[in-house]
Amino acid sequence: MSELPIDPAVSEGRVPDRTPEEIPELHEVGCPDDLRAEIEERMSRYPDRHSASIPALWAVQRRYGWCTPEGIRQAAAVMRVTPAYLESVASFYDLLHTSPVGEHQVHVCTNISCWMRGGDGLLEAFEAAAEGKDVFVSGFECLGACDIAPMASIDKRYFGPLDADDAAAAVEQLLAGGEVLPEKALERRPLAGDAGGSHREGGSDA
Amino acid sequence: MPETRVLLEHAEDPALRTIDGYRGYGGYASLERAYGEMEPDEILKELEDSGLRGRGGAGFAMGKKASFLPRGEMAKYLCCNADESEPGAFKDRELMQRNPHQLIEGIAIAARAVGAGHAFIFIRGEYDLQADILDRAVAEAYEAGYLGQNILGSHCDLELVVHRGAGAYICGEETALLDALEGKRGNPRLKPPFPAVQGLYGGPTLINNVETLSNVPRIVERGAGWFRGFGTEQSPGTKVVSVSGRVRHPGNYEVELGIPTRELICDLAGGPLDGCELKAFYPGGSSSPVLTAEEGLDLPYSFEAMAEAGSMLGSGSIIVADDTVSIPHMALRTARFYHHESCGKCTPCREGTNWTVKMLERVVRGEATPMDLDIVASVQENIIGHCLCVLGDSMAMPVGAMVRKFRAEFERTIAEASGAGDEPDRLATVQGSIETVGAAP
Ligand SMILES: Cc1cc2nc3c(=O)[nH]c(=O)nc-3n(C[C@H](O)[C@H](O)[C@H](O)COP(=O)(O)O)c2cc1C
Ligand code: SF4
Ligand code: FES
Repeated sequence: MSELPIDPAVSEGRVPDRTPEEIPELHEVGCPDDLRAEIEERMSRYPDRHSASIPALWAVQRRYGWCTPEGIRQAAAVMRVTPAYLESVASFYDLLHTSPVGEHQVHVCTNISCWMRGGDGLLEAFEAAAEGKDVFVSGFECLGACDIAPMASIDKRYFGPLDADDAAAAVEQLLAGGEVLPEKALERRPLAGDAGGSHREGGSDA
Repeated sequence: MPETRVLLEHAEDPALRTIDGYRGYGGYASLERAYGEMEPDEILKELEDSGLRGRGGAGFAMGKKASFLPRGEMAKYLCCNADESEPGAFKDRELMQRNPHQLIEGIAIAARAVGAGHAFIFIRGEYDLQADILDRAVAEAYEAGYLGQNILGSHCDLELVVHRGAGAYICGEETALLDALEGKRGNPRLKPPFPAVQGLYGGPTLINNVETLSNVPRIVERGAGWFRGFGTEQSPGTKVVSVSGRVRHPGNYEVELGIPTRELICDLAGGPLDGCELKAFYPGGSSSPVLTAEEGLDLPYSFEAMAEAGSMLGSGSIIVADDTVSIPHMALRTARFYHHESCGKCTPCREGTNWTVKMLERVVRGEATPMDLDIVASVQENIIGHCLCVLGDSMAMPVGAMVRKFRAEFERTIAEASGAGDEPDRLATVQGSIETVGAAP
């Protein structure tokens, strides 16, 4: 039986040149007071402070637009955890961004029900409309609104059923700072069984 | 056939979202009874007798699960699963958006039944509007003394926190949800121990779906016998069913369990789009084995009938495909979703979903052989039952069913795609057909 190779670090008795990451101190990270207060308030809601990791990362993202390394260090200092711990959490979730994104965000659903009703075309339309603008468009898995397929989440609110013209209008409205597609907001839809007239038809076949 | 609205009763009234509106329709009377007059065991018994089955996927009896929690003084928890991320499911969204207090009342009563002092609503981060609505409703309920310390003078406390997820389907799996709630990456845990014994922070934990818990106030108010007056022996009650895909009126419809599936799809949801024919449907979300229109339309929409037909009611979400939808492409979409959402912890799921996507891509590009279809089918068999959680099975079951039931179409797709020679459009079939019914994009 051949011998297993031994890691030179062990055979040569080298000590690691980097100590394990430490929890940053609050005074080193320059955490804004309101961010700190928000994260502390979140921690106080749970029996264990670690539970506030996602809420803390949400708070960081709201403040800086994405989970910036500095923001993560600030949250880590408040939570008394290592930045690596929060990074590992952030990287697990699709909605937490570990790289910069645009000011506005559009998630276009391309899952089964939306795909059946033109979701891929809608994604292309949004991509075309947002080309070169400060609107971050991405395809997304089912957003839980297959009743308004094909649909998109625009700055966290749901709209559908949408067509290519809606996509172009939405991008313009976003950039102009106006209300986005009021007619297509999920919030304003009646229950399917109560809907008469225009709302009755879902999809792009009305 | 009209709807039978119990959970969605008065849901058309926007005032229902406010505590005054909810109380105006008799809301919180059950909570007052549960904390004032009833013993926890009485509540448990009512829930058990009602036969209410979980509405989140597995259909496990809610009262029975609640009775598994140990008795006595200790830190116990209740988690409401509002992650709703299975493709095709959007009923919890409707229930939270239109009637948040019904859910809060149900949570508070269930917490009293099992002795939980802390409750959490784990809501998917994408449901921002619904989480805002819940936040407001929870604040109102605290204000009214229905939550917090010494509820209505009962010496019982309950803290309720709305916890927003951040986009990961796997967090809907109950043990992954617990890890996510503890602030970790949402990876499923090995079971046993089951959450009822050892769950959140190591304490006994009851986990139920939004719709399951929303049923609780009415059961306590009107009794198990009343509840059993709806539905079938094995599937009592009503169900909010999400119908989507290629139907005229997609939406949430509340019906008695056990009605013919045809009524849901063809009457309430308006049936197929003009000039199209129904072909197949997922009866219980994208994880349920697809039924052909012939085998499925006349089945009663109940847990038992769907199980007998080799599928499942799951979360109660019907996705309808018509003759314009290519089944191999639909299988690919389905597999891609599970591949994207696999947490990667165990091999059959991580590799199986990855491999299945690659094979189905070869099928739609015309690079596979008909024999490869046998391999696809057998790989699905090897995934089922061999994963740590059910996510692996959730891909294998529908994909396996599609390959089995639509074998001829898969072979035709391969033949056509390889014969054409040029790079086939990834969605040629569906996109083309959408144009024929007048889609803009
Ligand atoms: C991959 C996966 C995803 C799931 N997603 C959800 C979900 O989003 N919502 C839900 O209520 N149950 C979901 N479940 C089922 C839960 O694990 C659990 O069975 C359910 O929340 C229990 O509640 P119930 O008994 O009231 O149905 C999922 C299960 C799996 C395996
Ligand atoms: S089955 Fe998939 S999602 Fe579930 S634990 Fe295994 S790898 Fe993760
Ligand atoms: S498939 Fe698009 S929202 Fe569900």
